[in-house]
Amino acid sequence: MGDVAIRVEHLSKRYDIGRALTRHDTLRDHLMHSARTLFRRNSRASKVAPFWALQDVSFEVRHGELVGIVGANGAGKSTLLKILSRITPPTAGQAEIFGRVGSLLEVGSGFHSELTGRENVYLQGVLLGMAKSEIDAKFDEIVAFAEVDQFLDTPVKRYSSGMYVRLAFAVAAHLDPEILLIDEVLAVGDATYQRRCVERMSQLTSNGKTVLFVSHNMDLIPRLCQRAILLKHGRIHSAGPASEIVEEYLGGQITDANTTDLLQKPRYGDGRARFTSLEVIDAAGRAKGTHTSGDDLLLRIGIEAFEPVSDAAIAVALHNLSGTRLITSWTREASFPVSLQPGAHIFECCLRQLRLRPGHSVTVGLWMESKGTFMDHIDVAQMVNVVDGHGTRHLSTASSQGILLCDYVWSGGPTESAPTPERSLPSITCQP
Amino acid sequence: MSSGTATLSPTGAPARPTALIRASRGLFQIDFQALWQFRELLYFFVWRDLKVRYKQTAIGAAWALLQPLMTMVIFSVVFGRFAKIPSDGFPYPIFAYAALLPWYYFAQAVNNCAVSLVGDAGLVRKVYFPRLILPLAAVLRPIVDMLLSLLILLGMMVWFGIVPTWRLFLLPLFLLQASLTALGAGLWLTALNVRYRDVGYTIPFLVQAWMFASPVVYSLNLVPAEWRLLYSLNPMVGVIEGFRWALLGTASPAMGPIFMSLAAVLSLVFGGILFFNRMERSFADVI
Repeated sequence: MGDVAIRVEHLSKRYDIGRALTRHDTLRDHLMHSARTLFRRNSRASKVAPFWALQDVSFEVRHGELVGIVGANGAGKSTLLKILSRITPPTAGQAEIFGRVGSLLEVGSGFHSELTGRENVYLQGVLLGMAKSEIDAKFDEIVAFAEVDQFLDTPVKRYSSGMYVRLAFAVAAHLDPEILLIDEVLAVGDATYQRRCVERMSQLTSNGKTVLFVSHNMDLIPRLCQRAILLKHGRIHSAGPASEIVEEYLGGQITDANTTDLLQKPRYGDGRARFTSLEVIDAAGRAKGTHTSGDDLLLRIGIEAFEPVSDAAIAVALHNLSGTRLITSWTREASFPVSLQPGAHIFECCLRQLRLRPGHSVTVGLWMESKGTFMDHIDVAQMVNVVDGHGTRHLSTASSQGILLCDYVWSGGPTESAPTPERSLPSITCQP
Repeated sequence: MSSGTATLSPTGAPARPTALIRASRGLFQIDFQALWQFRELLYFFVWRDLKVRYKQTAIGAAWALLQPLMTMVIFSVVFGRFAKIPSDGFPYPIFAYAALLPWYYFAQAVNNCAVSLVGDAGLVRKVYFPRLILPLAAVLRPIVDMLLSLLILLGMMVWFGIVPTWRLFLLPLFLLQASLTALGAGLWLTALNVRYRDVGYTIPFLVQAWMFASPVVYSLNLVPAEWRLLYSLNPMVGVIEGFRWALLGTASPAMGPIFMSLAAVLSLVFGGILFFNRMERSFADVI
């Protein structure tokens, strides 16, 4: 405990995108290209544009720490984990690792769909570096965690996607490494599964394990991790306490948050459908960028589907800038059925009488899933400034004063001469 | 806050790192320690492929027996009966089958080996393990099929009244040479296949051409004596002649061609490993 578990020194990784773009997938292309460059001497130099996925990254992680890595897509998070897992070598620099490493970059990547659950547990376990005897010993525990005991001898191709990821994570979670590298495994599966993953991960660290955790989930990072590293364009932008780093990361997204073109946003999902626009509108349907505290917050969401999806669900969540979730609004909870056809859709969500403290901004995140699989997710689809439009008497806008607002009255005094409390409150101005 | 480096915690006083990850690697460097650590994975890959194949096919293991058997029948009719190719005084069917045994093994091994990395691209991209394990498993797996076919051959020997001798126990040596040849060729092919998918299309042709360059349907004696040494550069010549010698008791192959074969197979494997190691660094990025 307290010793260094991972030491990364000046780690860099270069991809030659010029070469990647003209990637010669067939020998003929390669020969043609070679022939062409033979005659045009400089063309090669002009074509190969190096892209630094990681540049001069250095940090240390001690044993027993849970460190989050955040950053936009393409910031180098996954590349970093790939290098530390020894899947791809760095171009320069080095990393030292002290302890047995287990890495989980993708759930179920070792699974074979024809094999049964039981067979896949062994295959996956051995792939992650466990000995067969070790898997024998932990087998029951793994199966219990995954809750697939009746289907153990069914080929995993017949599993639901939820069962599939549960089983895969169960194996990895019972791998007994000193250092665990995890990339976004929580992006799949249903809420129960995610909660158990999180429990398991915090349990691991309380047992002294070291965890390096890449995630887009800005709720989770401050809850799970003590520290976080923010990567930006392959470099370490900042590092420190997780909540501060998340706040900085989300704050940095404000600048591009007001473009309503969601197609440019960092996102993940299987792409069967995607969010195309998000507008904050007033009662007359006009777009606006602010929310008046106490009013209804009306969101108009544009969605483009590429195939018919029945049993879909859409969720909207508001976060403040320190990453705390304020509100979730979910079509399933509202029992509003969503089924998508190929083409464009418009949905509207009304958050009634939303009483947030004025003077702050909140982020709107969007989720869309079907049967436990994410189709699209955008962390910060829109920033909304909360303004005061009702002459609220509580003027402090400091976030230390809380994030919610309500009308309140006080009464009372010395007990001997206490007047009857006045309980009639002013009526609330905002009506649906 | 923005700086190139960020120290999360003060430097402790650590012991030797269990893993050191850096850019430079030697030209010929196999991580034997890692290979040993993952030896069970080798077994599980072989087991997985066998299992999957038998699950997906209706008659499972029978395919492994039928293919060389049917080929033997065809060869016996075409080359033995019609073309009347001499077979060193043995009945043509058993003469051909003794060669088809190592040949089918070799053809399968090369084929599996060549597609081993691409076939498990998902793993190569997302999971760390010594990459060499995939081609190794691909070469080991068809041995199971070959052993099944060997049982048929032993039955045929009883039928034709050929008594096996002590030489049968030297068979594993020739099998080893066949494995090494397949591995040597397969390492080149699988590493190339990661970058150029053309390789997948050339393999059937390559294997067929290689078969006619090996004494499968004909005897080594048909090759003009002055060409034999050069001919023996093909390692499968030594393997097939060795199989016939060990199983049927044909004339023992000359020492010259044997050493020629051995030298060829060793340089093929050595070169294959060098090439594979060189390419290995970019597998995850390119595949």
